[in-house]
Amino acid sequence: MHLVKLLSGAAVGAALLVAGSPAMAVTIGFSQVGDEGDWRPAWSKDMQEEAKKEGIDLKYADAQGKEEEQIKAVRAFIAQKVDAIIIAPVVVTGWDAVLDEAKKAGIPVFLADRDVDVKDKSLFVTRISADFNLEGRLAGAWTAQATKGQANVVEEQGTVGAAPAIERKKGFEAVTANFPDIKIVKTQSGDFTTDGGKKVMEAFIKSTDNLKGINVSFAHNDNMQLGAIQAMKEAGLKPGHDVLMVSVDYVPAMKEALAAGDANASVELRSAIGKYIYPVVLQYLKDKKELPKWVKIPSDLHTAATPLD
Amino acid sequence: MNEKYLPLAATIVVFVALFAIGGILYNNFVSTLVFGDLLADNAFVIIAAIGTTFVIISGGIDLSIGSMIGFVGVVMANLDVVGWHPLVSGGMMLVFGLVYGALVGLVIDFCDIQPFIVTLAGLFLLRGSCFMINLDAVPIRHDFVQDFAAASIPLPGEGELHSSAIVMLIALAAAIFIGHFTRFGANIYAIGGDRTSAALMGVPMRRTMMGIYAMGGFYSALGGVIYALYTSSGYPLAGTGNELTAIASVVLGGTLLTGGVGLVAGTLFGGLIFGLIATLINFNGSLNGAWIMIVGGVLLFLFIVLQRFLVGSFRLRSAA
Repeated sequence: MHLVKLLSGAAVGAALLVAGSPAMAVTIGFSQVGDEGDWRPAWSKDMQEEAKKEGIDLKYADAQGKEEEQIKAVRAFIAQKVDAIIIAPVVVTGWDAVLDEAKKAGIPVFLADRDVDVKDKSLFVTRISADFNLEGRLAGAWTAQATKGQANVVEEQGTVGAAPAIERKKGFEAVTANFPDIKIVKTQSGDFTTDGGKKVMEAFIKSTDNLKGINVSFAHNDNMQLGAIQAMKEAGLKPGHDVLMVSVDYVPAMKEALAAGDANASVELRSAIGKYIYPVVLQYLKDKKELPKWVKIPSDLHTAATPLD
Repeated sequence: MNEKYLPLAATIVVFVALFAIGGILYNNFVSTLVFGDLLADNAFVIIAAIGTTFVIISGGIDLSIGSMIGFVGVVMANLDVVGWHPLVSGGMMLVFGLVYGALVGLVIDFCDIQPFIVTLAGLFLLRGSCFMINLDAVPIRHDFVQDFAAASIPLPGEGELHSSAIVMLIALAAAIFIGHFTRFGANIYAIGGDRTSAALMGVPMRRTMMGIYAMGGFYSALGGVIYALYTSSGYPLAGTGNELTAIASVVLGGTLLTGGVGLVAGTLFGGLIFGLIATLINFNGSLNGAWIMIVGGVLLFLFIVLQRFLVGSFRLRSAA
């Protein structure tokens, strides 16, 4: 019974304290997956900086890669009556109930990065993210142009079943299929890691007699390509000269590799995407106009000739 | 006040203090909405921790909770795909948890092996099985999941007592009854207090050990069922690290890791404190998620020191 008394006491105290606090600017809750890899922390930081520029009161929650923490965070946003919620989902499933609660509370939900698997698509306004398929197509188009349509490609795939790996492969093949003399000779998963990319390339070097006849290496991300570069150097090959190197992400280490001539092209997966996300959210809060279910963030291709920035 | 209630009182004071701090710092914090969410969001881990409370009171430990939660969800999701009702698959997993736990208890008693290592083997075994079954998240699409999520008792204000919270409270009531009002419960305390004397006094060791771990298995499986319904999916990585949250909740709730002392009700508040820290950090909105662990770690440390002090000065063991 003491608990009840104390709780109600605290409630009264809090009510007195918060009464009459002024109305704030737009408040947005952003639930991030966690801080794994290089790209995600850079994106989180950009979201916080861009929010400051836009005058948004950003509530940032790190789910530490756990779905239950993310649901907790979204519920906390709902309880705080934020104006909008942005979620970068940990997993695609399990969103129906909590998104329904947000809807009932009248808070629009936006997805960034990964998609969700919900029965009722009206539970979120739109998904704002890069187009992995387009990244693959850009890499494919560059390959076709750089080799004048004559290429034997080795491919280092991302984690099996991961959306970026599936879509980048599809996009790449969609373009190269138009060129009868572009063939993917070998393809294997390097799990998006530097170590994985290195091992895959070592296997390719062994199985193709020092990459005989191979003139392009396409990796689903930069980390694997950097591993591949290492493996090729150890085998006495010249990455960037003997074999053209094209990958996706444009991480800092890849910028250096491009400058050094060890790699030839990288499609940028932007981390500074707050400037693409917030305007969509703010515009929606203003006019409540229905949006397409996917707002795409443009991709950019950087080649060795592109100066370091 | 009876001395054995002191650690519980300390836990409740911390819980109320944290809630009051939230109320002072943030709008809309002290509300039935936040309280209802707190109960629902942490229900699965508290349910699992209730089972662990018995294990720890008996002087043992259970490390396979998190893996059990993940495993139950993955099996339920895959059975959902082939058309099983979640209640049937969930019921089956509860039986599985019971049998699994009884076997663990048997191995610990029969082979006289440390519970730590037996349940660690269970952790690897169950998590590995999750990955064997599938690598991706599998949705549970049965309508019952929606109905279960929607079922709730309205609280005054905007809050609701969600179905998962109701299950948790029933599970807690059952555990309090078993722990404090049955001979089996008394035997658990006896074994945890002094194993040799308990055996000499005629406590059926093997049966009780099997019962303790069977309860642990049952409650962690129930936690898994609630988690699967709560996220309406099975995810092979689900519940990773939850065994440690559960153990920490038990300790924060005033149960001694050395066994023999503790109250089941304390675990509820121990688990809620962890949930409350997460809610506070989410409300703050500028702190990294790492702070949840840091604050939890500091609190845990303070509590073990406090318990040490209480044991030394009040002879808590004999009082219990």
